Amino acid sequence: MSTNNNIAQARKLVEQLRIEAGIERIKVSKAAADLMSYCEQHARNDPLLVGVPTSENPFKDKKPCIIL
Amino acid sequence: MCDQTFLAITFGPCDSCSENPVGRQSRLDGRSQRATKNICSCCSPFCPFPMACQGLASGETLKSLKAESETLRKKLEEERKKLHDVELEKVAEKAEALGELNMKTRRTLKGHGNKVLCMDWCKDKRRIVSSSQDGKVIVWDAFTTNKEHAVTMPTTWVMACAYAPSGCAIACGGLDNKCSVYPLSLDKDENLAAKKKSVAMHTNYLSGCTFTNSDMQILTSSGDGTSALWDVESGQLLQSFHGHSADVLTLDLAPSETGNTFVSGGSDKKANVWDLRSGQNVQSFDTHDSDINCVKYYPSGDAFASASDDSTCRLFDLRADREVSIYSKDSIMFGAASVDFSLSGRLLFAGYNDYTINVWDVLKGTRVAILFGHENRVSSLRVSPDGTAFCSGSWDNTLRVRQEGRGVVRELKQGGTTPYLKNIFLFN
Repeated sequence: MSTNNNIAQARKLVEQLRIEAGIERIKVSKAAADLMSYCEQHARNDPLLVGVPTSENPFKDKKPCIIL
Repeated sequence: MCDQTFLAITFGPCDSCSENPVGRQSRLDGRSQRATKNICSCCSPFCPFPMACQGLASGETLKSLKAESETLRKKLEEERKKLHDVELEKVAEKAEALGELNMKTRRTLKGHGNKVLCMDWCKDKRRIVSSSQDGKVIVWDAFTTNKEHAVTMPTTWVMACAYAPSGCAIACGGLDNKCSVYPLSLDKDENLAAKKKSVAMHTNYLSGCTFTNSDMQILTSSGDGTSALWDVESGQLLQSFHGHSADVLTLDLAPSETGNTFVSGGSDKKANVWDLRSGQNVQSFDTHDSDINCVKYYPSGDAFASASDDSTCRLFDLRADREVSIYSKDSIMFGAASVDFSLSGRLLFAGYNDYTINVWDVLKGTRVAILFGHENRVSSLRVSPDGTAFCSGSWDNTLRVRQEGRGVVRELKQGGTTPYLKNIFLFN
């Protein structure tokens, strides 16, 4: 019966929403602070942010001059 | 003497659920029966066919279930709103300014005969696997730009490819609805196709694949609306993940320290977070206005970014259970196809259908650079495992490896009052 399918779907949806509504959440201020502190801690080691010295760079250009 | 009463059976609604029909006995002579409650077999506690009866538990109706789901949705909204005490951008005003960002193309990998659809880095930070529309999958050495291996798949539109953690195999798939694993041999002349192993079987195209933390298991996403976890050796399905109402277009595994979850994005505009072991959908985010083409976890595992056809990228925090930032501009009108974070999570690289790559400051929400160079859509983008470079694959048949271009390590400026960097247009 199609009504049985609808019922099964509706029941599944309710159960899924129950699970989602019940999870533990933290404040955005705390979450944001944690994201920021992670960035700060690792910024110095982020080569795309601070750069790689040419001497250690495996992708360095082999040409004598660098065309900008 | 038996009193023959002529009883007729008429049908009326069940007294309990008001829906299912129930036969009532009524006397033909019009005198009413003893008042008994007439309930359908579904509502009756003595239902003789409990297995066949998929009906409602007592008290439930389709209407009541729908009402309950509405209430739960509203409750979800309220709970999320309660904790929304500040915007990420506000908190990020204290963050140090980024200063000038100078990205240079170091390598251009040419060799594909058609659109590059997907790429992945090897853990050795030098090899790259890429797949294209014409069915070719190529393994490159990005340092030398040499092609180390090439496989021709028996299908076109190879939309997904991945490097195994050991570096000894690659996985790929697309319109063949399968994910196949090819062990890579050191012997360049060996026919890779001969050792191919079909691992995953879906009922629609394969949109994404990734190895878990070993070569032994693969996670796949498909146009059939499901994701699945497979054992590579036996090809057995270990767990399947149902919940998207349309094609699943992308997935990303949580960084290993944060546990056994993954996030998927789909054409239903939703991003769902799943528990690998139980198959349960634990969180869902539906703020995008169009298909989600790519999802990537933030390096700490506490958040993930998404790229969508609605031309925005967004950041969702898992512990706050909401979207916390949106990366968009009125001038960006084309869909975003791929995103990845830099090592610290401060930069978000996003490839778009207007052929550009925009680099966003994740915390402040501003764009810090636009990178030109590709001559068609940027379809995939990944930062290398050690964060020294990132590679972008494009419908212009090439891949480009780019890095921060100065050649020296610089100090980041302190303090939040330094003005933001103006947009830098880099033609490289």
